[in-house]
Parts: sequence; structure tokens; C-alpha cells
Amino acid sequence: MSDSDWKDVLVFIEVSDDKVQEVGFELLGEARKLATKLGQNVSAIIIGYDVEKFAKDCISNGADTVYIVDDPGYKDYLTKTYSKAFVQVVEKFKPDIVLIGATPLGRDLSGAVATVLKAGLTADCTGLDIDDKTLKLLSTRPTFGGNIMATIYCQKGKPQMSTVRPKVMKMPDPDLSRSGKVIKEHVSVDPKDLTVKILQFISDDCRDQIEIEHAKVLIAGGRGCASPAGMEKLKELAKTIGGEICGSRPMVENGLIPSNRQVGQTGKTVVPRVYFAVGISGAIQHLVGMQNSNVIIAINTDPNAPIFKVATVSIVGSWQNAIPKIIEEIKKRTGR
Amino acid sequence: MHIAVLIKQVPDTQEVKIDPEKNTIVRAGVESIVNPFDLNATEMALQLVEKYGGDVSVLTMGPPQAESALRECMAMGATRGVLITDRNFAAADTLATSYTLAKTIERLEKDFGKVDLIICGKQAVDGDTAQTGPGVATRLGCDQITYATEVDDINLSQKTIKIKRRLAKGVQIIQAQLPALLTVEKDINEPRYASLRGIVRAIREPVIEWNAATINADPEQIGFKGSPTWVKRIFTPPPREGGPKLEGQDAVKQALDVVFENIYFKEVIFGEEGGACKL
Repeated sequence: MSDSDWKDVLVFIEVSDDKVQEVGFELLGEARKLATKLGQNVSAIIIGYDVEKFAKDCISNGADTVYIVDDPGYKDYLTKTYSKAFVQVVEKFKPDIVLIGATPLGRDLSGAVATVLKAGLTADCTGLDIDDKTLKLLSTRPTFGGNIMATIYCQKGKPQMSTVRPKVMKMPDPDLSRSGKVIKEHVSVDPKDLTVKILQFISDDCRDQIEIEHAKVLIAGGRGCASPAGMEKLKELAKTIGGEICGSRPMVENGLIPSNRQVGQTGKTVVPRVYFAVGISGAIQHLVGMQNSNVIIAINTDPNAPIFKVATVSIVGSWQNAIPKIIEEIKKRTGR
Repeated sequence: MHIAVLIKQVPDTQEVKIDPEKNTIVRAGVESIVNPFDLNATEMALQLVEKYGGDVSVLTMGPPQAESALRECMAMGATRGVLITDRNFAAADTLATSYTLAKTIERLEKDFGKVDLIICGKQAVDGDTAQTGPGVATRLGCDQITYATEVDDINLSQKTIKIKRRLAKGVQIIQAQLPALLTVEKDINEPRYASLRGIVRAIREPVIEWNAATINADPEQIGFKGSPTWVKRIFTPPPREGGPKLEGQDAVKQALDVVFENIYFKEVIFGEEGGACKL
């Protein structure tokens, strides 16, 4: 079979808790752009139980065809059952490109699927494009801890697979008037594949504290506020916005946070959505541990603090003044 | 119990730079370390054999100098180190690497008995792909348990293992069949320091060395030939630029005007998931 028999850009739609993970729609939007360049169509695959209802959302977000593998046996994600269903759909419909969100589930699944298909798989991409000459997929991704970017392509074989980091691609504007095809694929669950049993799930919602590397919002304190009074204000802000407390080394040295909450070269590397840096000057040892955060809000009295060079927005002033105002503003704007 | 730990020698990523003229990664003068996640994998294996008995085989595919990474794990207490090295392995991507490691495990079982558990770090800090572990599990047909944080129990007669694993929104407890492959998070344990006895042993004991022929690898599935993916180009990411610096009476208000327009900020402040649980 020749490479040109493989057509279309297939997007994996991850469903958990009876909800489509947004990255699926983000990838449909991106797939549309790639498919237009290639003169191909966009398809989506949903695996699960009672998931057919999500097909129309996929179509309005850009899919021309939606493949549904729907069976009570797929109620919970298991690597073996999901990868088998995925592989069967790919082998039957032969997509040129397969995109999967780089969520924990997506990365677990993609490695298994690509291995069975003997397909090239590029992990955790932040940029996708089509090579004008070869019409191959170009996947760009950070590597070496984000110090280097690499653009990868498949020198041979189809499909070309990539996992893509959530929240990097733009959500498409849904077009409710779009129409598309829904194809139900039956892939029976082999009882021999049910070797993993899910015994329990402990949601983060039920836990007092979550590890800082999993928190979406971090409130970090530094030398400038490494005092009990500073800690009180950090906690107040954390409570208002729903975040976890962490800090640079002085916070640990002063006994305000345990060492597993230290961020930086000798502590942890974190990539939260929002990082408040309070009274942190921003020495390189600290910056390497947090500079990839999506939003950095820095508060420091020193207008030349290095932290301001990486901050999304900087407030020159004291935390004593700034934090109460931030809390008040957030309450006002969110109605909390 | 026989545990195989898959490790990788990596450059210390903080020091890695690009040669702007050749557009290649400068490795000269950069220190090599054991991938940090793999030290946690080794530590987990050592703790498990302390509890359940057995031995730990540490495997790595790499150039001859990767031997030092194996010796580091042997000094921690691993029973044996196996270096799989061959010029024909060069330029392997994750597909070719997982093939090579799966073939190595087959050979390991012939020489040292069946493997009950394979442990890998979640990902290597140079490539950050997290694909090799799942690839090996798929090739061997065993259960893959990614993001493992804790082994609760192993029942050797029933051949089952109970494990906690970290997912996006919480912790899942599962039971799987042995043999299984785990990939582990970085903060699950504190890798031990080598004892003096361990260091002496690691120097004296030979490292087992295998190549493509001795693991019976298909030449079409290793190295460059077995690798569908290829690097087109590498470049240094543009430096992050600082945003507005605000001072004075209205600084906070103006700062929040900026972030309230930001999609990530909006996601956490208005999203259903919220930032955390303590609202």
C-alpha cells in the first residue's frame, strides 16, 4: 500500500466524567488548518460508553466525519482496550495524520497505539505545520527541559502521529450549521484485555493539599515576605483564588513551608496556569523552576528585580499594600 | 521476584546549548547524569526487593560510556547492570528504542529468569517524550501503568500488583497483573546514596554488555532504519519577554485588567475545575 492511500487528519476526542476534554476541540480547529493545506478532510474518533451524543459537538468544531466506538466495555479507560479500538479504526480508515491531546491519558494511549501501528509519534508538540514540498506533518516541540525547540517529521510510514499540549492551540468558534457523517464502529472488548482493575479514585477535590507540581495556581513567597505575617497574607490570597502555597529557599529556611514546596533548581519545577511571585527577586536558580508558567504575576518593591523580566505583569510595590487590593479586586470581579 | 529497571544516561539539561553555526546540540563539556526519574525507578525496585525478595537488573541502551550510569545504580544496590550498545542503534527514536529494550528483556529472561516487573522513569529529561515505557509494555503485551506513585501491595502467588497512580484530577488505585510495566513520577521517593560497599562492588563487578546480535534484534527495526521520526531542525526558543511594569496607586487594578483578559487566568478563575479545592 502506498503512502498516498492514507488521507485525512484524525483527532482523538478524550471523554472523561461524561465531558469532552477541551483539547479535543482545540485539535479539531488545528486539524482543519492542516487538512485545508493538504486538501483533505478532518475526522474525529470517540471511544467510550454513551458517547455518541458528543458527535455533533465534534462536527460543529470542525470534524467532517466522526467515528464512534461505543460500548459499556469502554466505560473506563484501559490502555489495552482503548488502544485496540483505536488501532482498528486507524487501520480501517487510514488517516494521514493522527492528533491526540498530550494529557496523561492521551500520552498513555498514544505510545501504545503508535507501537502497534509502527507509526512515528512526536510527543507533546506546541506547533504543527505542513511542509510545502513534501506535504509531511512538521511537529515542533520543546525538548531538553524547554531549552531547545525541535521540529520533527516522519521520514517514512503512515500515519504521522503527534500528541499536542493542551491550551496551546486556539479553540475554534463552533459552527452549529456544519454537517458531517457519524460512523459507528463496533470493536468488541476482549475479556483477556481486562487485566487492569480500577479499585478507587481519590479526587483532588477531596484532598486538603495538592502537590505543587499539580496545582493550577501557585502563590509563591520569597525573601521579601518570608515572615509569619507574610505567610498569613499569602494564605489569604491562596484561599481567595484557590491556590497552593510554595516559595523560594528563604521560605523553607524560615520554616514557613516544607522543602517539598520549594520551587527552583534545588526544589521543584512547576508549570502552573498562574504563578504569583510575591517578594521574590528572581535569581536564575528560582526562575528555572517556574519560568514556563502560563501567567506570572510578580510583586516586588525593587523596580529592577529580575523576576519582572519573565512576568506577564509586574506590580512595583510592597506585598503589604498589593495583596489586600488584589484580594478585594478579585472578589469584586468574580462576585465571590 | 525479578525486577528490570530501564534507565537512560542524559546530558544535564540545564547546560545544554545549540551550536549556532552547525545547528547541532553541543554535548562537549556537558556532564552526563542518570535521568533523574530513573533514579526514582531504581529506588522503587530496591525497596520492593527488600520487602519481597529477589533481584534487580538495570538495563540501558546507549554508547559505551553509558556504563557509568549502570554502575551508579549498581552502587545503589542493583544486582546487575546490562549495557546494550551497538553502532547500529544510533539515531533510534522511541519506536526503535522500545523494540530494542523489549528484545533485551527477552534475552534477560533467558539468562536470569522471568521478569515480574519492569520499572521506568516517567520520561527522560532530555527528550521528555514519555513514550518508550508504553512502547516496551505494548511490545511485551503486559499491563502498562503510567504515572505510578506508590506500590501498595504485590501478591506473588496471585501474580497481582496494587498501585496508586497520579492522574490529572486525582489519584487512581488500580490492580494489575504481573508481569507489568510501571513508569514512575519523580517525587515518589528519595533515591538512596550509594554505600561504600556498594561503590566497591560496582567497581569490581563486570557490567554485562550485549549488542544487536546478542539480543537477536531485527536490523530493520533498530537505530535509524527502525525509526520513523527524524529531526528536521533545532532552534533556541525566543526568550520570554516581560509584560507591563505597573507602579502607583492603580497598579493592582491595572495589573488585574491585564490578567483578566488572559485565557489561562480566566480558565482558573472562572473554570469549573477552579484552581484547587479550598474555595
